[in-house]
Amino acid sequence: MAHLTIEELPSEEYYMPGNALCAGCGESLAMRLALKILGWRTIVITVPGCMSAALIMGASAVPLLVGPFASGGALLSGVETALEAKGVKDVNVVAFIGDGGTADIGLQALSAVVERGHNVIYICLDNEAYMNTGGQRSGATPLRAATTTTPGGRLFRGKLQPKKNIPLIMADHEAPYVATASIGFALDYMEKVKKAAGIRGPKYIQVLCPCPVGWGYHESKTVELARLAVATRVWPLYEVEKGRLKITYEPRTPKPVREYLRAQRRFDHLTEEDLAELQKLVDEGWAELKLKARSAEE
Amino acid sequence: MPVSRFIDGNAAAAYGVKLCRPDVVCAYPITPQTPIVEYIADFIARGEMASKYITIEGEHSAMMATVAAASTGVRTFTATSSQGLAYMQEGLFYAAGSRLPIVMAVVNRSMGPPWTILAGHDDAIAQRDTGWIQLYCGSGQEILDTVIQAYRVAEDERVLIPIMVCFEGFVTSHCYEQVIIPDQEEVDSFLPPYKPPYKLDVEDPMILTTFAPPIHWMGYKKKHDEAMEAARKVIAEAEAEYAERFGRSHGGLFQAYRCDDAEAVVLTMGSLASTTKVVINKLRELGFRLGLLKLKSFRPFPREELKQLLGNVKAVGVLERNYSVGGWGGAVFLELRSAFYKVADGPRILNFVAGMGGRDVTPLEIEAVAKKTLRAAQEGKGEREVEWLLGEIG
Ligand SMILES: Cc1ncc(C[n+]2csc(CCOP(=O)(O)OP(=O)(O)O)c2C)c(N)n1
Repeated sequence: MAHLTIEELPSEEYYMPGNALCAGCGESLAMRLALKILGWRTIVITVPGCMSAALIMGASAVPLLVGPFASGGALLSGVETALEAKGVKDVNVVAFIGDGGTADIGLQALSAVVERGHNVIYICLDNEAYMNTGGQRSGATPLRAATTTTPGGRLFRGKLQPKKNIPLIMADHEAPYVATASIGFALDYMEKVKKAAGIRGPKYIQVLCPCPVGWGYHESKTVELARLAVATRVWPLYEVEKGRLKITYEPRTPKPVREYLRAQRRFDHLTEEDLAELQKLVDEGWAELKLKARSAEE
Repeated sequence: MPVSRFIDGNAAAAYGVKLCRPDVVCAYPITPQTPIVEYIADFIARGEMASKYITIEGEHSAMMATVAAASTGVRTFTATSSQGLAYMQEGLFYAAGSRLPIVMAVVNRSMGPPWTILAGHDDAIAQRDTGWIQLYCGSGQEILDTVIQAYRVAEDERVLIPIMVCFEGFVTSHCYEQVIIPDQEEVDSFLPPYKPPYKLDVEDPMILTTFAPPIHWMGYKKKHDEAMEAARKVIAEAEAEYAERFGRSHGGLFQAYRCDDAEAVVLTMGSLASTTKVVINKLRELGFRLGLLKLKSFRPFPREELKQLLGNVKAVGVLERNYSVGGWGGAVFLELRSAFYKVADGPRILNFVAGMGGRDVTPLEIEAVAKKTLRAAQEGKGEREVEWLLGEIG
C-alpha cells in the first residue's frame, strides 16, 4: 500500500471546532483525523465520555447516535444490521469510545460485536482513565499511574495493576484487523483507519490520546507526549491482520521510559525503584511483542 | 384466506410479528419468552420471514441494538421477560426518549428473588415510568391482533412511542389455543411501511440522542406526555379499524363486560379477565349485579374513559398481579383511586393483590373478590382496602 501523505488529506472538517473539549485534547485530534479519512458516508456512534460531550452538542457533521455507556458494540450491531436490511453497502459504521467504555463497562458488547462479525470499525480513544468524570482509573490505566481513585502517595502507589491489553484480546477474537496507534504518529494512525475501512468485518483500533488534565502536563505538549509514548516503547505501534502481528514503527534507539513518565504529574510519586521496575516491564513487553512479530513472519 | 392454528401464546406473538415484516429482530432468550426468539429464528431459516436477525449477547445490548436499528428508520422487534426487562432498563429510557416505535413482547414473570419463572405483572409495572405504552393481553388471539395494532399505533406520527405487548408467562405464553392468523395482504393494507420522520442517514446528517439544556429538557418530556395522551385516541382508532377489517375486537383501551347496569365491577388485566368472566356470568345468574372491566392499556392510563364508565358503579375491586411495596397497593389500584380523587360519589375502590410468582388465582377466590366488592357497593365500605389473596398457605 502506498503511504498516505499530508497533501492527500481533505481540507473538509467533519469534527467541528469550538466544541466542549479542552485545549490540547488528544481525543479531539484522533476524532478529527479519523473523520478526514472516513468522510461523509460515515455514521458515528459514541457513548458517554469526553467525546460524547463534544458530539451531542453539535461537533459532529456526520450522523451521530449516542447510547448508554455499556452499549457501544450493540449500537454498532444495530446500525450495521439495519443498513444491511436496507441494502446500504457503502457507509462506514464507526464507534469512537473511551478506554473506560471499551475496557470496562462496554467490554461485553465489544466482544460480542466482534464475535458476531459485524462489518464495523471500533476506535478506542485511549486517554487511560475516565476523564469525563474527572479522571478515575479504568482497566486501561497503566501500572502506577495516579488517578483520582488510585492516588499516588506513600501508601497508595497509583494503580496497582497493569494496563488491560484490549488490542491483543481483540486479536484473540480473530478480528480481521486490529491496530494500535498514537495521535503523535498521525499518518500511521490515518493509514490504519483507511486500511480498516477497506476490510470487511469487525475492525478495532486503539489510539493513544494524551490528556493534559488527567495526565498533568501543559496543553501544548499533547503531541509531544503521544510521540514520547512510542519513542520509549511504552505504547508500541502495531497491527494484527489475520492473526499476523506487524510492528508498524520501531524507534531505532528507544528513549528511556523515565523521560516519558517524568513529563507527567500522574507519575510524580514514582521512586527510582519504580522507574527501574517500569523500564524493565516495558523492555519485557517489547521483547514479547518482537517475538510475536517474528513468529508472524515465519 | 386467514387460517386457524392451534398454537401457544408465544407462537401467536411470533406469527403477529412475522405478518408485520420487521426489518430487524434482535432478542435474547429468557424463560418464558424463549420460544418467541426460536419461532422467529425458524421463520427466517425457512425463508418465510425476510428480517435480519441479531443473535445478541444480552438484554442491555438487545434493547440498544434495537434502538440503534430503529434509529436508521427501519421497523424492529424485540422480546423479553422479567430479569431481562430489568436489565434493559437504561435502554428502555433511550427507546422512549428517542421516540422510536419499537414493539416488544414482554412475557410477564415475577422479579426474583425469591426466584421464580412464573407469572406476575410486577416486571412490566416496574418499568411504568420509562415512557413506553403498555398493552396487556389475555389470550393468543389478542396477542397476535395486538402486535399488529401496536406497530400501527407506535408508528403513527401523533404517537411515535415504543410499545410493550405484555402477557403472562406460562398461563398465556404456553397455553395452546385456536388462533386465527390473518392474510398477509390484509395486514399489509392495515399496516403500511413505516415512514420515519427522522433517521440516521448519511444523505441528511443529523444528531439523534442530542443534548438538551435545562430550558428545553422538560419540554421534550411534556411533548412525550402529550403524545401519550394522543395515543389514547390512536389506540381506540386502530382497534376500531382492525375490528372492521378483521372482525375481531379486544376493546382497545379496555373491554367492559356486563358493566351497564352493574352495581359493582371487578377490574383486572390479562389472563385473569377470562376466569373473572366465568365467575361474573355465574354470579349474574344468581342475581348479583356484577360486571368485569378488562383493562388493556395501563400506559396510557385511560383515566377519563374509566371515570366515565365507572362513574355510576358503587364499588370497583381491582384484582392485580403486582404490588408496590410501601405504596399500599397495586399500581392499577393506586392509579384508579387517584383518577377518582375529588369525584363526588365516585365508587369505593378495593384492591386484591393476587397471582404473583405464578400463584394460582382460582374461580372460587375471584368469586370471593366479586362478592366482597359487591358488599362494599351495598354497604358503602369494604373490610380491608388492600387484601392479599394468599389462600391458606400464605
Ligand atoms: C451506566 C453509566 N455509568 C456511569 C456513567 C458515568 N460516566 C460517564 S462518562 C464516564 C467515564 C468515561 O470514561 P472513558 O470511557 O474512558 O472516556 P473518556 O471520558 O476518558 O473519554 C463515566 C464513568 C454513565 N454515563 N453511565
